[in-house]
Amino acid sequence: MPTEFTPVSALLGGALIGLAATLLYALLGRIAGISGIVNAAVEQRGERGWRVAFLLGLVIAATAWLAYTGAPPRTGFGSGWLIAAGLLVGFGTRLGNGCTSGHGICGLARLSKRSLVAVLVFMGVAFATTYVLRHVLGGIA
Amino acid sequence: MKRIAFALLAGLLFGLGLAVSGMTDPNKVLNFLDLAGRWDPSLALVMGGALAVTLPGYAWLRRRGCSYDGDALPPAPSPRLDPRLLVGSALFGIGWGIAGYCPGPALANLLHAGEALVFVAAMLAGSQLARVLAR
Repeated sequence: MPTEFTPVSALLGGALIGLAATLLYALLGRIAGISGIVNAAVEQRGERGWRVAFLLGLVIAATAWLAYTGAPPRTGFGSGWLIAAGLLVGFGTRLGNGCTSGHGICGLARLSKRSLVAVLVFMGVAFATTYVLRHVLGGIA
Repeated sequence: MKRIAFALLAGLLFGLGLAVSGMTDPNKVLNFLDLAGRWDPSLALVMGGALAVTLPGYAWLRRRGCSYDGDALPPAPSPRLDPRLLVGSALFGIGWGIAGYCPGPALANLLHAGEALVFVAAMLAGSQLARVLAR
């Protein structure tokens, strides 16, 4: 499904994400890596409170905005593809210790070489995966 | 209590940012990843917009040396590259490239799109699998 290039909302939304990450670092001394926060919120009893609050805030604000604008984001992928993708994202972000936010935003902001390499690898592999699925195999949705 | 309130505020801003930027729509993410299709460069500007705030913000905090409450900042990231980082990032890239969901946008869709629920459940399972297998 084609989507339009939306430079203004992309920059504005990105700045809000950056502001959130900066606030978390400034006020709590914590990195806003979503995969890490989710894992620790599930597994660590101590220090669970702020993580649960952060994740609740994320879900509430996004849900409210999507309801307000009436956006229906659906890919139409079957459950098999969603499960495969979810397993890979969960497994990969645990093994690689970060995702788009942790490595891509916070890691780069910390000038981390590990994060730069991680971003280049996951971006490159994601470009290749989408190419193969859409242009070699003809799309999965 | 103050930490909880600050974290909630940061989470609200993060979720709002994801939704405003359009990154909650997996189609938009996939169309960024699809260089050979009708390319939508929006995701690059989301990253750019975020880094425009975090780069100076983090640099200022590093000079300051501690958080607002005087908490130590996380130690400087290790420069060490290892197979786990490379393999993990590559597997994440495959999963991201399949469905266009990474952890933040998937959670943002949790109450909005039923498919995100399936994805997030699988994501939690995958993470636990890695925790057990790759100790």
